[in-house]
Amino acid sequence: MKLAVFVKHVPDTAEADLQVAAGGRSIKAAGLPFQMNEWDRFALEEAVKLKEASAGTLTAFLLGPEECEESLRRCLAVGADRAVRVWDPGLEGQGPAGAAAVLAAAVVGTPYDLYLCGAQASDDGYAMVGPTLAALLAVPCTTLVNRLEVTGSVAVCDRELEAGWTERVEVDLPALVTVQTGINEPRYVSVLGIRKARGKPVDLFDLAGPGLDRDQVGRLGSLLTVEALEPLPEGRAAELLGGAPDEAAARLAAILREKGGVL
Amino acid sequence: MSACAVWCVVEHRQGAVRDVTGEVVAAARSLDLGPVTAVVLAGPGEAHGLSRAVPGNPEAVLALEHPSLAGFNGAAVAQALGRLVGERQPRVVLGAHSAAGMEWAPALAAELRAPLVTDATSLSWEGNRLGALRAVYGGKLQARVRLAEAPTVLATVRPGSFEAVGSGAAPAVEVSSPELPATLGKRFVAWIQEAAGAVDITQADVLVSVGRGIGDAENLDVARALAQALGATLSCSRPVVDSHWLPKEHQVGISGKTVKPRVYLALGISGAFQHIAAMKGAGLIVAVNKDPKAPIFRIAHYGIVGDLFKVVPALTKAVKERLGGGRPGTG
Repeated sequence: MKLAVFVKHVPDTAEADLQVAAGGRSIKAAGLPFQMNEWDRFALEEAVKLKEASAGTLTAFLLGPEECEESLRRCLAVGADRAVRVWDPGLEGQGPAGAAAVLAAAVVGTPYDLYLCGAQASDDGYAMVGPTLAALLAVPCTTLVNRLEVTGSVAVCDRELEAGWTERVEVDLPALVTVQTGINEPRYVSVLGIRKARGKPVDLFDLAGPGLDRDQVGRLGSLLTVEALEPLPEGRAAELLGGAPDEAAARLAAILREKGGVL
Repeated sequence: MSACAVWCVVEHRQGAVRDVTGEVVAAARSLDLGPVTAVVLAGPGEAHGLSRAVPGNPEAVLALEHPSLAGFNGAAVAQALGRLVGERQPRVVLGAHSAAGMEWAPALAAELRAPLVTDATSLSWEGNRLGALRAVYGGKLQARVRLAEAPTVLATVRPGSFEAVGSGAAPAVEVSSPELPATLGKRFVAWIQEAAGAVDITQADVLVSVGRGIGDAENLDVARALAQALGATLSCSRPVVDSHWLPKEHQVGISGKTVKPRVYLALGISGAFQHIAAMKGAGLIVAVNKDPKAPIFRIAHYGIVGDLFKVVPALTKAVKERLGGGRPGTG
């Protein structure tokens, strides 16, 4: 099987105090740790498993400037045969449909049997690039996949729905699937492994590359504009119990009795 | 304003309209663009029954019936809607940012080359352009976005962001059968429901819920000890299930269970919207988290900013002290 996986390099904002950068449309990235988008780690693992099972090939694609290459190195360390970074300074601030158009241009000359993406990205959360890419490549798409089995030219996919329900669908290959977290256990990759992958080449696909319909990218890229990033409006905020852990815990125990009716 | 100002895609599953459709109609009303049309995409013979069950009093219902639409197949929905939108040109097409909406909306937008904003928490219409607010970076900031001007623009709305409005008189229903390609490359096979396990977290009075912050399966004992002292049931957020630290039946969330206990203790849970949507109805919500900016503190009544491995054992101790060495009836 010829497989393609699409990954994104994103800031880890789980415990960070985010500041809006000058211009008001992005965050200050300095000082934030960056890593591969969580959903993409599962997509990558699934792609590598399929590659191994089918004795196939895997190419990893990433849209972003050079500082994002670490996530591509990770793909190479885990088992990708080839890595392609897609970028041009003109792509800064491109919306999700524009991103999909550029990625589509990067793969369109060399069709694959199965394209895998994470279901969404943890930074902007559009969940749009995968299904839009599928539409632009004119292949069937199924999203939020948490079980995937390829038999011949058909992929049987379980899609995660709401309230504990799952939907089983079949898609004819070539197809694109977006992967939900929990589908597998992404393998451990050592820092040494990623460092070793530094020796491998990363190809660059830029706006001067073949197959790119600049008008289409420009048109799709301007469909959605971020005007501002801002703090969330004031909502109900928790009353914080300060002090040492023992002190806070004792106050909380009292609250659980008085307000919660337990104890 | 024409009769097809705003369309709301009616979401249904196994013959029943999903509640989130009422929220989508409410989102349409918030735009104040005139009549709201509900669009039902259904299998043969399903349209009238589903149309009668549409919440939110839309002015009209447009229904499409086709065998490929029976399972709410994203590919079929996008194809069928694409043609109808092309013919009738609604200003806005709205749906839910749900498992279904995450599939058909981007496909429809790509088919029409139309602007789409997903996961909106608020919508506005200014100067022929659709504006939206949406949470980014795990709910730590919000982005103010605007779509390009186009004959039809699309949006999906975050479940829980718009208050569903009630049902009234059933509107007129227009049913037609779209032509769809013989093969869509995608076929519905089956619905699968998670098997019922030994634990039913929806029945618990008190839930001690753990998130990614618990770090490892072995660390669950810290939470178990507190749950035991309180006579509570252990539940969790998605990353705990993804890591196989607890089985799926313990998961609180849109894809897991919706809970409404008297007391909900969130330990090391940051508060993704899929989690919050499923527990915000709890009577008393308490959160323990290292990050003072974690979204869970926006919904909790009380919070402790700190290391759960220090706070939780201290709380267990304090609870045991109050109980004087034992909780009657829990062993």
